[in-house]
Amino acid sequence: MIDKPYSPRSSKLHEWVTTADHKKLGVMYIVCGIIYLIVAGCEALMIRWQLAVPENDVLSAETYNAFFTMHGTTMIFLVGMPILLGAANYFIPLMIGARDMAFPRLNAFGFWLFFFGGLLLYFSFLGGQGLSGEEGAPDVGWFAYAPLTSTTFSPGSSTDYWIISLFVAGMGSIMTAINLVTTILTMRCKGMTLMKMPIFAWMMLVDAILILIALPTLTAIQIMLLLDRQFGAHFFDAQAGADPLIWQHLFWFFGHPEVYILILPGFAFVSEVTPVFSRKVLFGYPLMVIATISIGFIALGVWAHHMFATGLSPTVLAYFSGATFLIGVPTGMKIFNWIATLWGGQIRFATPMLFAVGFIAMFTIGGLTGIMLAVVPMDWQLSDTYFVVGHFHFVLFGGLLFAIFSGFFYWFPKVTGKMLNETLGKWQFWFLFAGFLLTFGPMHFSGFEGMPRRIYTYMPNRGLEFYNMLSSIGAVVQIFGFGLFVVNVLHSLRKGKPAGDDPWDAWTLEWSTTSPPPPWNFATIPSIASRRPLWDTKHPDDPDWKYE
Amino acid sequence: MLVFGVIGIIFVITQGALVWSLIRYRAKGNEITEPPQIYGSNPIELAWTVIPILIVFILFLVTTRTIYSLDMQEPPEGALRVKVTGHQWWWEFEYPDLDFVTAGELHVPKGVPVFLDLRSADVIHSFWVPRLSGKTDCIPNRENHLWFQADEIGTWYGQCAEFCGTQHAKMLIRVISEEESEFEAWVANQKLDAPQVPTPLNGKEMFLSLACVNCHNVNGIMMQGGFAPNLTHLMSRDTIASGAAENTPENLKKWLRDPNSIKDECRMPNMMLTETQIDSLVEFLTTLK
Ligand code: HEC
Ligand SMILES: [Cu+2]
Ligand SMILES: [Cu+2]
Repeated sequence: MIDKPYSPRSSKLHEWVTTADHKKLGVMYIVCGIIYLIVAGCEALMIRWQLAVPENDVLSAETYNAFFTMHGTTMIFLVGMPILLGAANYFIPLMIGARDMAFPRLNAFGFWLFFFGGLLLYFSFLGGQGLSGEEGAPDVGWFAYAPLTSTTFSPGSSTDYWIISLFVAGMGSIMTAINLVTTILTMRCKGMTLMKMPIFAWMMLVDAILILIALPTLTAIQIMLLLDRQFGAHFFDAQAGADPLIWQHLFWFFGHPEVYILILPGFAFVSEVTPVFSRKVLFGYPLMVIATISIGFIALGVWAHHMFATGLSPTVLAYFSGATFLIGVPTGMKIFNWIATLWGGQIRFATPMLFAVGFIAMFTIGGLTGIMLAVVPMDWQLSDTYFVVGHFHFVLFGGLLFAIFSGFFYWFPKVTGKMLNETLGKWQFWFLFAGFLLTFGPMHFSGFEGMPRRIYTYMPNRGLEFYNMLSSIGAVVQIFGFGLFVVNVLHSLRKGKPAGDDPWDAWTLEWSTTSPPPPWNFATIPSIASRRPLWDTKHPDDPDWKYE
Repeated sequence: MLVFGVIGIIFVITQGALVWSLIRYRAKGNEITEPPQIYGSNPIELAWTVIPILIVFILFLVTTRTIYSLDMQEPPEGALRVKVTGHQWWWEFEYPDLDFVTAGELHVPKGVPVFLDLRSADVIHSFWVPRLSGKTDCIPNRENHLWFQADEIGTWYGQCAEFCGTQHAKMLIRVISEEESEFEAWVANQKLDAPQVPTPLNGKEMFLSLACVNCHNVNGIMMQGGFAPNLTHLMSRDTIASGAAENTPENLKKWLRDPNSIKDECRMPNMMLTETQIDSLVEFLTTLK
């Protein structure tokens, strides 16, 4: 085995910067994602501080607006996307028995586009001017509705920062998605038909295809908006007669699938972790595949449920409401299949499993409040309120973030060769879980009481103080959870227990190689007969392929 | 509501099954063999595909029926018509049939349907008074509609629900529903021109000599504005700046000294007035009953 195949010189930094290795890139994506997670978390803390009491003035209106915009934009584009692309990058080749991604250098290019896109976005804190023309980061909200983004209402450069940085990062994601699709379709090891891929690979495949369909729409409207702002075009300029709803349709044509782009990898992590820690095979693999594909399809046809209050005609309302209900069906199948996987198992509550179970429970709640929002008359009341904020944080925090932690604790030993500390991990889970419920539970009620989202302050005596105080206390509780996580990672990297190749007694191919895996992943390319190749090796008397 | 019932049942079933299996199938730590591997079951999986589809279909039918029955486009019989225009960051209410304009506070008679034409002068806003009806957006180059009816006397709070820039949070709405007779009296007063009351401190002259009239209209005195709230009957409002502050002489002074102190970055500039100017302006403003 060649140790340092890429670099004639042997500087560590040089090696990481010039690498085209899928594992190194995966790690870099995830490390960046976690750093941005902390940054965006701090922005959220400031938001909760400002809203803890009515008429607070910790933050000015401008700063508050910049913080909620940057919080949302960062969490979606600089936390969710890189972590999922990083995980796919690292594990897809390992799980399908390949040596690398199909296009290693495109892979590196995609990463660096993301990297510099992120830096550009954050440079706006120094270099941009917000809506009011004062110094500041973008403050038009993460969905940047026209015509607020036109030069008339947003004269400063921060909106241009928002456009260009996400454009650059988005190009990176599109390239990586192309790479993922190609890799999964062409580089599977011998014996691995599509229906014998780990479910992780299926979900990432659908995910990458969704990225390919949805993200270019965002890229396109960003270019149009840039033309509006810099060259006097009038695509979205209401004062020149444009219809501002066009932005909303096109944005949500990207924006809704984006929600599924973010959550499908969460499904993928949980679908790997749950079986291993229940000691049972995933229940109903074919149905899971069908559900994943149908989610991909339906996700492309529900975008206007974000626009129920814009005055759409009853026919359009009925269609989008129906389609949104429909997406609950495949999502429900998944939840039932996970529960059926637990049923009759021998469940081990290690940290990855705690987070996976937390995911299933919280995501279910987020899904159900989503159904409530699909009921149009109810949406007229709840849309754009804190109810929606509560709803999507159940999906993205209780859902996606818990799934990310689940995957992180599960695969950290593979990536680093060290175990994370279980005690710290469990404390982290309980702190996060309690803090999460306390923060986002009450938001549903403040929404019902009439609190719109994105307000930097609210009036006293309108029934909002109590719920907001609870949410802010919850945010403080979360600090302990995240703090323990950082401590755990830093500590375990140096002093963690050695992991061995297969610490969880798991079944997919990545556990058959060393931890961390060698540069070329496998000494010899494996060939497989079932979805759980390591199960077959461990149970030669009763292998999986007999039943699939 | 049907939806709450359905959702409640699904919630109990899924979370119940989850918790049950977590407790029941917890590893004891002394297992020697792996549990039986169950790869799936067609009848069970079919059940949790078909049943949800049926539930969803029923929800769809019910929702569609309500959507069509709640059609907001046609004014109901005998409705009071109001043109609502969202501005950054205040509300303008025009009563076209009664022929006057006011701002920030919407007076309506109790028990009468109110039909709103919703538009915007700049960016997208959303008109929302939670206890009276759902929200509907005010979108430039479009006209949306919404109707509601207040069946009790009272003040109903609401606010703009679509992020519309820096002061989105202070774009508040008050709907004041009153007895028919009170409403009639209010209307009669609103239709009058500004009262001609002597202002010993020369407030009226001051108002006319400063740029105020470029933005603000005062019926019977000067009508070249329109960009900003109509001030003809300013004192009939409980609040100023769309609910950002109580309407008191002190707050009016504060407002004129620097509008940003009440509503930072709002579209009324700080005019660098002297205290004498402010005193005489407020003298004039307080005559606008
Ligand atoms: C550049 C246009 C402009 C000028 C000039 C201007 N105003 Fe205003 N004024 C506004 C706007 C816009 C608002 C609404 C602000 C808000 O609520 O966000 C306002 C609000 C007010 C209000 C509160 C009205 C209400 O019903 O809430 C008063 C009173 C007022 N202005 C008085 C004055 C006086 C007196 C002057 C002259 C010294 C003046 N304005 C000059 C634009 C202007
Ligand atoms: Cu959506
Ligand atoms: Cu508004």
